[in-house]
Amino acid sequence: MKPAAFDYVRAESVDEVLEGLLNEGGNARVLAGGQSLMAMLNMRLAKPRLLIDIMRLKELNRIEEQAGMVTIGAGVRQAALLAWPELARTQPLLALALPWVGHVQTRSRGTICGSLAHADPSAEMPLALIALGGEVHLRNARRRRRVAANEFFLGMMATARAEDELIEAVSFPAQGRGKCAFREVARRHGDFAIVACAAVATSKGIRFAVGGVADVPMARDLPRLEGSALDDALNGFAYELDARDDVHATARYRRDLVRIIGRDLVREVLQ
Amino acid sequence: MTRLGSDRRHPVRFKLNGKPVEAEAEPRTLLSDFLRQQIGATGTHVGCEHGVCGACTVIVDGMLTRSCLTLAVQADGCELQTVEGLAPSPDRLGILQQAFRRNHALQCGFCTAGILMSLDHYLRRHPMPSEADIRDLLSGHLCRCTGYTPIVKAALEAAAELATTSEEKSDA
Repeated sequence: MKPAAFDYVRAESVDEVLEGLLNEGGNARVLAGGQSLMAMLNMRLAKPRLLIDIMRLKELNRIEEQAGMVTIGAGVRQAALLAWPELARTQPLLALALPWVGHVQTRSRGTICGSLAHADPSAEMPLALIALGGEVHLRNARRRRRVAANEFFLGMMATARAEDELIEAVSFPAQGRGKCAFREVARRHGDFAIVACAAVATSKGIRFAVGGVADVPMARDLPRLEGSALDDALNGFAYELDARDDVHATARYRRDLVRIIGRDLVREVLQ
Repeated sequence: MTRLGSDRRHPVRFKLNGKPVEAEAEPRTLLSDFLRQQIGATGTHVGCEHGVCGACTVIVDGMLTRSCLTLAVQADGCELQTVEGLAPSPDRLGILQQAFRRNHALQCGFCTAGILMSLDHYLRRHPMPSEADIRDLLSGHLCRCTGYTPIVKAALEAAAELATTSEEKSDA
Protein backbone atom coordinates (compact mmCIF):
# COMPACT_ATOMS: atom_id res chain seq x y z
CA MET A 1 0.00 0.00 0.00
CA LYS A 2 2.12 2.81 -1.35
CA PRO A 3 0.80 5.85 -3.21
CA ALA A 4 0.91 6.02 -6.99
CA ALA A 5 3.39 8.58 -8.33
CA PHE A 6 2.60 12.28 -8.14
CA ASP A 7 4.40 15.61 -8.28
CA TYR A 8 4.68 17.62 -5.09
CA VAL A 9 4.60 21.36 -4.56
CA ARG A 10 5.06 23.13 -1.27
CA ALA A 11 3.02 26.27 -1.90
CA GLU A 12 4.52 29.57 -0.88
CA SER A 13 1.36 31.62 -1.41
CA VAL A 14 -2.38 31.06 -1.74
CA ASP A 15 -2.15 32.27 -5.34
CA GLU A 16 0.21 29.40 -6.09
CA VAL A 17 -2.31 26.95 -4.68
CA LEU A 18 -5.12 28.40 -6.80
CA GLU A 19 -2.95 28.45 -9.92
CA GLY A 20 -2.01 24.82 -9.39
CA LEU A 21 -5.64 23.79 -8.92
CA LEU A 22 -6.65 25.71 -12.04
CA ASN A 23 -3.90 24.33 -14.27
CA GLU A 24 -4.26 20.70 -13.26
CA GLY A 25 -8.04 20.53 -13.41
CA GLY A 26 -9.22 17.62 -11.34
CA ASN A 27 -5.75 16.07 -11.14
CA ALA A 28 -4.47 18.18 -8.27
CA ARG A 29 -5.28 17.66 -4.61
CA VAL A 30 -4.61 19.97 -1.71
CA LEU A 31 -2.54 18.36 1.03
CA ALA A 32 -3.12 19.80 4.51
CA GLY A 33 -2.75 17.58 7.57
CA GLY A 34 -2.94 14.47 5.40
CA GLN A 35 -4.85 12.36 7.92
CA SER A 36 -7.53 11.44 5.38
CA LEU A 37 -5.91 12.17 2.04
CA MET A 38 -2.68 10.25 2.73
CA ALA A 39 -4.66 7.14 3.67
CA MET A 40 -6.63 7.51 0.42
CA LEU A 41 -3.37 7.84 -1.51
CA ASN A 42 -1.81 4.84 0.22
CA MET A 43 -4.83 2.72 -0.65
CA ARG A 44 -4.81 4.22 -4.15
CA LEU A 45 -8.40 5.34 -3.79
CA ALA A 46 -7.03 8.70 -4.93
CA LYS A 47 -4.39 9.04 -7.67
CA PRO A 48 -3.76 12.74 -8.24
CA ARG A 49 -1.03 13.96 -10.57
CA LEU A 50 -0.09 16.81 -8.24
CA LEU A 51 -0.20 17.35 -4.49
CA ILE A 52 -0.17 20.97 -3.29
CA ASP A 53 1.02 21.21 0.30
CA ILE A 54 -0.55 24.24 2.03
CA MET A 55 0.80 23.73 5.53
CA ARG A 56 3.56 26.33 5.38
CA LEU A 57 1.12 29.14 4.50
CA LYS A 58 0.82 31.32 7.58
CA GLU A 59 -2.20 33.19 6.21
CA LEU A 60 -4.23 29.96 6.30
CA ASN A 61 -3.18 29.12 9.85
CA ARG A 62 -5.55 31.51 11.61
CA ILE A 63 -8.42 31.28 14.06
CA GLU A 64 -10.49 34.46 14.11
CA GLU A 65 -13.40 35.37 16.32
CA GLN A 66 -15.96 38.08 15.65
CA ALA A 67 -18.84 38.38 18.10
CA GLY A 68 -18.84 34.67 18.75
CA MET A 69 -18.55 33.62 15.09
CA VAL A 70 -15.33 31.69 14.67
CA THR A 71 -13.52 31.39 11.35
CA ILE A 72 -10.94 28.66 11.07
CA GLY A 73 -8.36 28.71 8.29
CA ALA A 74 -7.44 25.73 6.16
CA GLY A 75 -4.10 25.29 7.92
CA VAL A 76 -5.49 25.07 11.46
CA ARG A 77 -4.89 21.68 12.95
CA GLN A 78 -7.51 19.97 15.10
CA ALA A 79 -5.14 19.94 18.08
CA ALA A 80 -4.55 23.69 17.70
CA LEU A 81 -8.28 24.42 17.76
CA LEU A 82 -8.76 22.15 20.76
CA ALA A 83 -6.00 24.04 22.57
CA TRP A 84 -7.42 27.46 21.63
CA PRO A 85 -8.35 29.08 24.98
CA GLU A 86 -11.53 30.70 23.60
CA LEU A 87 -12.99 27.49 22.20
CA ALA A 88 -15.24 26.43 25.08
CA ARG A 89 -16.62 29.96 25.46
CA THR A 90 -17.30 30.65 21.79
CA GLN A 91 -17.99 27.20 20.36
CA PRO A 92 -19.02 24.77 23.08
CA LEU A 93 -20.24 22.17 20.58
CA LEU A 94 -16.84 22.05 18.89
CA ALA A 95 -15.22 21.73 22.31
CA LEU A 96 -17.41 18.68 22.97
CA ALA A 97 -17.01 17.08 19.54
CA LEU A 98 -13.31 17.65 18.81
CA PRO A 99 -11.97 15.09 21.32
CA TRP A 100 -13.90 12.47 19.32
CA VAL A 101 -12.09 13.30 16.07
CA GLY A 102 -9.56 10.53 15.55
CA HIS A 103 -6.90 10.15 18.21
CA VAL A 104 -4.32 12.41 19.86
CA GLN A 105 -1.85 11.13 17.29
CA THR A 106 -4.01 12.16 14.30
CA ARG A 107 -5.50 15.38 15.72
CA SER A 108 -1.94 16.65 16.08
CA ARG A 109 -1.67 16.79 12.27
CA GLY A 110 -5.22 16.71 10.90
CA THR A 111 -7.03 19.96 10.05
CA ILE A 112 -10.64 21.07 10.54
CA CYS A 113 -11.06 22.06 6.88
CA GLY A 114 -9.44 18.82 5.72
CA SER A 115 -12.03 16.84 7.62
CA LEU A 116 -14.77 18.86 5.88
CA ALA A 117 -13.14 18.37 2.47
CA HIS A 118 -12.97 14.61 3.01
CA ALA A 119 -16.67 14.56 4.01
CA ASP A 120 -16.80 11.16 5.61
CA PRO A 121 -20.46 10.59 6.57
CA SER A 122 -19.51 9.58 10.11
CA ALA A 123 -17.03 12.40 10.77
CA GLU A 124 -17.62 14.81 13.64
CA MET A 125 -16.63 18.14 12.07
CA PRO A 126 -19.13 17.91 9.19
CA LEU A 127 -21.77 16.97 11.77
CA ALA A 128 -20.93 20.00 13.92
CA LEU A 129 -21.01 22.26 10.85
CA ILE A 130 -24.46 20.98 9.90
CA ALA A 131 -25.73 21.25 13.48
CA LEU A 132 -24.56 24.85 13.81
CA GLY A 133 -25.37 25.96 10.26
CA GLY A 134 -21.88 27.16 9.39
CA GLU A 135 -20.37 28.19 6.07
CA VAL A 136 -17.48 26.91 3.99
CA HIS A 137 -15.30 29.57 2.35
CA LEU A 138 -14.24 28.48 -1.12
CA ARG A 139 -11.85 30.27 -3.44
CA ASN A 140 -10.53 29.71 -6.93
CA ALA A 141 -8.26 31.86 -9.09
CA ARG A 142 -11.14 34.13 -10.08
CA ARG A 143 -13.54 34.43 -7.18
CA ARG A 144 -14.48 33.62 -3.63
CA ARG A 145 -17.80 32.15 -2.55
CA ARG A 146 -19.37 30.85 0.60
CA VAL A 147 -21.47 27.72 0.73
CA ALA A 148 -23.88 26.98 3.55
CA ALA A 149 -23.33 23.73 5.43
CA ASN A 150 -26.54 22.11 4.18
CA GLU A 151 -25.52 22.78 0.58
CA PHE A 152 -21.89 21.76 0.99
CA PHE A 153 -22.18 18.03 1.68
CA LEU A 154 -23.59 16.31 -1.40
CA GLY A 155 -23.05 12.66 -0.58
CA MET A 156 -20.56 10.18 0.78
CA MET A 157 -17.18 11.92 0.43
CA ALA A 158 -18.69 14.33 -2.09
CA THR A 159 -18.92 18.09 -1.59
CA ALA A 160 -19.90 21.23 -3.48
CA ARG A 161 -16.23 22.20 -3.84
CA ALA A 162 -15.35 22.56 -7.52
CA GLU A 163 -12.13 20.97 -8.73
CA ASP A 164 -10.35 24.31 -8.99
CA GLU A 165 -11.42 25.50 -5.55
CA LEU A 166 -9.51 25.62 -2.28
CA ILE A 167 -11.38 25.44 1.02
CA GLU A 168 -9.84 28.56 2.44
CA ALA A 169 -11.64 28.53 5.77
CA VAL A 170 -14.80 27.51 7.57
CA SER A 171 -16.91 29.64 9.84
CA PHE A 172 -19.07 28.48 12.69
CA PRO A 173 -21.79 30.97 13.72
CA ALA A 174 -21.95 32.34 17.24
CA GLN A 175 -23.53 29.79 19.50
CA GLY A 176 -24.79 32.28 22.04
CA ARG A 177 -25.65 31.02 25.48
CA GLY A 178 -27.78 28.14 24.25
CA LYS A 179 -26.87 24.75 25.57
CA CYS A 180 -25.54 22.01 23.37
CA ALA A 181 -24.74 18.34 23.69
CA PHE A 182 -22.80 15.73 21.76
CA ARG A 183 -22.62 11.96 21.95
CA GLU A 184 -21.10 9.27 19.82
CA VAL A 185 -21.13 5.50 19.73
CA ALA A 186 -18.08 3.80 18.21
CA ARG A 187 -16.41 0.47 18.84
CA ARG A 188 -13.44 2.29 20.29
CA HIS A 189 -12.98 5.96 21.15
CA GLY A 190 -11.57 7.61 18.04
CA ASP A 191 -12.81 5.03 15.59
CA PHE A 192 -15.35 5.97 12.95
CA ALA A 193 -18.71 6.66 14.57
CA ILE A 194 -21.49 4.12 14.18
CA VAL A 195 -23.79 6.98 15.13
CA ALA A 196 -22.81 10.47 16.28
CA CYS A 197 -25.37 13.03 17.41
CA ALA A 198 -25.31 16.72 18.25
CA ALA A 199 -28.07 18.87 19.73
CA VAL A 200 -28.11 22.65 19.93
CA ALA A 201 -30.69 24.92 21.55
CA THR A 202 -32.34 27.32 19.08
CA SER A 203 -34.79 30.18 19.59
CA LYS A 204 -37.73 27.91 18.73
CA GLY A 205 -36.59 24.69 20.31
CA ILE A 206 -33.76 22.44 19.33
CA ARG A 207 -31.73 21.41 16.34
CA PHE A 208 -30.80 17.75 16.40
CA ALA A 209 -28.18 16.46 13.95
CA VAL A 210 -27.07 12.92 13.17
CA GLY A 211 -23.92 11.60 11.51
CA GLY A 212 -22.92 8.08 10.54
CA VAL A 213 -26.36 7.03 9.32
CA ALA A 214 -27.21 8.80 6.06
CA ASP A 215 -24.68 9.61 3.30
CA VAL A 216 -24.27 13.08 4.79
CA PRO A 217 -24.86 14.45 8.28
CA MET A 218 -28.50 15.52 8.61
CA ALA A 219 -30.18 18.02 10.93
CA ARG A 220 -33.77 18.41 12.02
CA ASP A 221 -35.28 21.41 13.79
CA LEU A 222 -37.62 20.28 16.51
CA PRO A 223 -39.97 22.37 18.64
CA ARG A 224 -39.84 21.89 22.39
CA LEU A 225 -41.23 18.40 22.74
CA GLU A 226 -41.28 15.79 25.43
CA GLY A 227 -42.76 12.40 26.18
CA SER A 228 -44.30 10.45 23.33
CA ALA A 229 -44.41 13.49 21.03
CA LEU A 230 -40.61 13.66 21.23
CA ASP A 231 -40.29 9.90 20.73
CA ASP A 232 -42.51 10.08 17.64
CA ALA A 233 -40.53 12.97 16.17
CA LEU A 234 -37.22 11.18 16.74
CA ASN A 235 -38.61 7.93 15.35
CA GLY A 236 -39.78 9.70 12.20
CA PHE A 237 -36.36 11.32 11.77
CA ALA A 238 -34.57 8.02 12.40
CA TYR A 239 -36.51 6.37 9.54
CA GLU A 240 -35.99 9.31 7.18
CA LEU A 241 -32.22 8.88 7.55
CA ASP A 242 -32.48 5.71 5.50
CA ALA A 243 -30.05 3.69 7.60
CA ARG A 244 -28.32 0.73 6.00
CA ASP A 245 -26.79 -2.45 7.36
CA ASP A 246 -23.04 -2.76 7.20
CA VAL A 247 -20.32 -4.79 8.92
CA HIS A 248 -20.32 -2.46 11.91
CA ALA A 249 -24.03 -2.30 12.74
CA THR A 250 -27.48 -3.06 11.40
CA ALA A 251 -29.83 -0.35 10.20
CA ARG A 252 -32.14 -1.17 13.08
CA TYR A 253 -29.38 -0.71 15.63
CA ARG A 254 -28.52 2.66 14.12
CA ARG A 255 -32.17 3.79 14.32
CA ASP A 256 -32.26 2.63 17.94
CA LEU A 257 -29.21 4.71 18.71
CA VAL A 258 -30.71 7.79 17.03
CA ARG A 259 -33.87 7.44 19.11
CA ILE A 260 -32.12 6.77 22.42
CA ILE A 261 -29.28 9.28 22.08
CA GLY A 262 -31.73 11.79 20.62
CA ARG A 263 -34.00 11.59 23.65
CA ASP A 264 -31.07 11.97 26.04
CA LEU A 265 -29.54 14.91 24.18
CA VAL A 266 -32.85 16.77 23.80
CA ARG A 267 -33.48 16.42 27.53
CA GLU A 268 -29.95 17.52 28.30
CA VAL A 269 -30.23 20.64 26.17
CA LEU A 270 -33.76 21.64 27.24
CA GLN A 271 -33.03 21.17 30.94
CA MET B 1 7.25 27.55 -6.64
CA THR B 2 9.33 24.41 -6.88
CA ARG B 3 7.58 21.44 -8.33
CA LEU B 4 9.17 18.18 -7.30
CA GLY B 5 8.69 15.82 -10.23
CA SER B 6 7.27 12.36 -9.66
CA ASP B 7 9.85 10.75 -11.95
CA ARG B 8 12.96 11.44 -9.90
CA ARG B 9 14.41 11.59 -6.43
CA HIS B 10 14.85 14.81 -4.53
CA PRO B 11 17.15 15.61 -1.64
CA VAL B 12 15.48 15.55 1.78
CA ARG B 13 17.30 16.86 4.84
CA PHE B 14 16.14 16.93 8.43
CA LYS B 15 17.40 16.50 11.95
CA LEU B 16 16.88 13.01 13.29
CA ASN B 17 17.25 12.76 17.07
CA GLY B 18 19.44 15.84 16.98
CA LYS B 19 21.71 14.78 14.12
CA PRO B 20 21.40 16.09 10.58
CA VAL B 21 20.59 13.42 8.00
CA GLU B 22 20.17 13.61 4.25
CA ALA B 23 19.01 11.24 1.55
CA GLU B 24 16.88 11.27 -1.60
CA ALA B 25 13.20 10.52 -1.98
CA GLU B 26 10.55 10.45 -4.69
CA PRO B 27 7.61 12.72 -3.84
CA ARG B 28 5.45 9.67 -3.14
CA THR B 29 7.91 8.10 -0.67
CA LEU B 30 6.35 7.83 2.78
CA LEU B 31 8.33 9.15 5.72
CA SER B 32 8.10 5.72 7.35
CA ASP B 33 9.77 4.06 4.34
CA PHE B 34 12.29 6.86 4.04
CA LEU B 35 13.38 6.47 7.66
CA ARG B 36 13.74 2.72 7.34
CA GLN B 37 15.06 2.29 3.83
CA GLN B 38 17.02 5.45 3.05
CA ILE B 39 18.24 6.47 6.49
CA GLY B 40 18.44 2.96 7.93
CA ALA B 41 16.56 3.92 11.09
CA THR B 42 14.53 0.73 11.38
CA GLY B 43 13.30 1.30 14.92
CA THR B 44 10.14 2.85 13.50
CA HIS B 45 7.84 0.03 12.42
CA VAL B 46 5.31 -0.04 9.61
CA GLY B 47 1.99 -1.74 10.26
CA CYS B 48 -1.23 -0.80 8.51
CA GLU B 49 0.00 2.07 6.33
CA HIS B 50 -3.23 3.97 6.65
CA GLY B 51 -2.88 5.65 10.00
CA VAL B 52 -4.85 3.23 12.14
CA CYS B 53 -2.38 1.01 13.99
CA GLY B 54 0.04 3.62 15.31
CA ALA B 55 3.19 1.48 14.96
CA CYS B 56 4.91 4.13 12.82
CA THR B 57 4.25 7.07 15.18
CA VAL B 58 7.17 9.51 15.39
CA ILE B 59 7.53 13.14 16.44
CA VAL B 60 7.91 15.82 13.76
CA ASP B 61 8.51 19.39 14.93
CA GLY B 62 7.02 18.52 18.31
CA MET B 63 3.87 16.94 16.83
CA LEU B 64 2.97 13.30 17.18
CA THR B 65 2.91 12.09 13.59
CA ARG B 66 1.94 8.94 11.78
CA SER B 67 4.99 8.59 9.57
CA CYS B 68 2.95 6.47 7.12
CA LEU B 69 0.60 9.44 6.60
CA THR B 70 3.46 11.84 5.97
CA LEU B 71 5.64 12.22 2.91
CA ALA B 72 9.39 12.26 3.28
CA VAL B 73 9.48 15.53 1.30
CA GLN B 74 7.11 17.10 3.84
CA ALA B 75 9.66 16.45 6.58
CA ASP B 76 12.36 18.42 4.75
CA GLY B 77 13.80 20.98 7.16
CA CYS B 78 11.99 19.55 10.19
CA GLU B 79 13.21 18.10 13.48
CA LEU B 80 12.31 14.47 14.02
CA GLN B 81 12.42 12.21 17.01
CA THR B 82 12.17 8.46 16.71
CA VAL B 83 12.53 5.55 19.10
CA GLU B 84 16.28 5.47 18.45
CA GLY B 85 16.55 8.74 20.37
CA LEU B 86 14.90 7.56 23.59
CA ALA B 87 17.74 5.78 25.33
CA PRO B 88 20.16 8.15 27.10
CA SER B 89 23.13 6.07 25.92
CA PRO B 90 23.60 2.86 23.90
CA ASP B 91 24.01 0.75 27.06
CA ARG B 92 21.24 2.31 29.09
CA LEU B 93 17.46 2.43 28.82
CA GLY B 94 15.34 5.49 29.64
CA ILE B 95 12.88 5.50 32.54
CA LEU B 96 9.91 4.74 30.30
CA GLN B 97 11.77 1.94 28.53
CA GLN B 98 12.82 0.42 31.86
CA ALA B 99 9.20 0.51 33.05
CA PHE B 100 8.16 -1.32 29.86
CA ARG B 101 10.74 -4.01 30.54
CA ARG B 102 9.81 -4.41 34.21
CA ASN B 103 6.10 -4.73 33.45
CA HIS B 104 6.37 -6.93 30.36
CA ALA B 105 4.62 -4.15 28.46
CA LEU B 106 5.67 -5.70 25.17
CA GLN B 107 5.79 -9.15 23.75
CA CYS B 108 6.46 -9.21 20.02
CA GLY B 109 7.46 -5.53 20.14
CA PHE B 110 5.99 -4.57 16.80
CA CYS B 111 3.77 -1.81 18.20
CA THR B 112 6.21 -0.73 20.91
CA ALA B 113 8.21 1.96 19.10
CA GLY B 114 5.07 3.92 18.26
CA ILE B 115 3.63 3.55 21.75
CA LEU B 116 6.89 4.68 23.33
CA MET B 117 6.93 7.80 21.16
CA SER B 118 3.33 8.67 22.08
CA LEU B 119 3.98 8.13 25.78
CA ASP B 120 7.28 10.00 25.75
CA HIS B 121 5.61 12.97 24.04
CA TYR B 122 2.62 12.84 26.40
CA LEU B 123 4.49 12.41 29.69
CA ARG B 124 6.74 15.38 28.96
CA ARG B 125 3.65 17.57 28.69
CA HIS B 126 1.39 15.87 31.24
CA PRO B 127 3.51 14.72 34.17
CA MET B 128 0.57 13.53 36.32
CA PRO B 129 -1.60 11.44 34.00
CA SER B 130 -4.57 9.38 35.19
CA GLU B 131 -5.17 5.85 33.97
CA ALA B 132 -8.02 7.22 31.83
CA ASP B 133 -5.63 9.71 30.20
CA ILE B 134 -3.18 6.93 29.36
CA ARG B 135 -5.93 4.70 27.97
CA ASP B 136 -7.23 7.55 25.82
CA LEU B 137 -3.73 8.12 24.47
CA LEU B 138 -3.30 4.40 23.80
CA SER B 139 -6.56 4.31 21.81
CA GLY B 140 -4.39 5.60 18.96
CA HIS B 141 -2.33 2.40 18.99
CA LEU B 142 -3.07 -1.25 18.37
CA CYS B 143 -1.28 -3.91 20.41
CA ARG B 144 -2.33 -7.48 19.82
CA CYS B 145 -0.11 -9.16 22.44
CA THR B 146 -0.45 -7.48 25.79
CA GLY B 147 -4.10 -6.56 26.21
CA TYR B 148 -2.76 -3.09 27.11
CA THR B 149 -2.90 -3.62 30.90
CA PRO B 150 0.89 -3.92 31.35
CA ILE B 151 1.41 -0.94 29.03
CA VAL B 152 -0.88 1.21 31.16
CA LYS B 153 0.92 0.03 34.29
CA ALA B 154 4.33 0.77 32.82
CA ALA B 155 3.21 4.25 31.72
CA LEU B 156 1.86 5.12 35.17
CA GLU B 157 4.97 3.78 36.87
CA ALA B 158 7.20 5.76 34.54
CA ALA B 159 5.14 8.91 35.15
CA ALA B 160 5.46 8.49 38.92
CA GLU B 161 9.18 7.88 38.64
CA LEU B 162 9.69 10.85 36.34
CA ALA B 163 7.78 13.06 38.78
CA THR B 164 10.04 12.14 41.70
CA THR B 165 13.35 11.76 39.94
CA SER B 166 15.86 14.58 39.83
CA GLU B 167 17.18 13.24 36.57
CA GLU B 168 16.81 15.18 33.39
CA LYS B 169 13.48 14.55 31.69
CA SER B 170 15.37 13.65 28.57
CA ASP B 171 15.76 10.25 30.20
CA ALA B 172 12.07 9.55 29.61
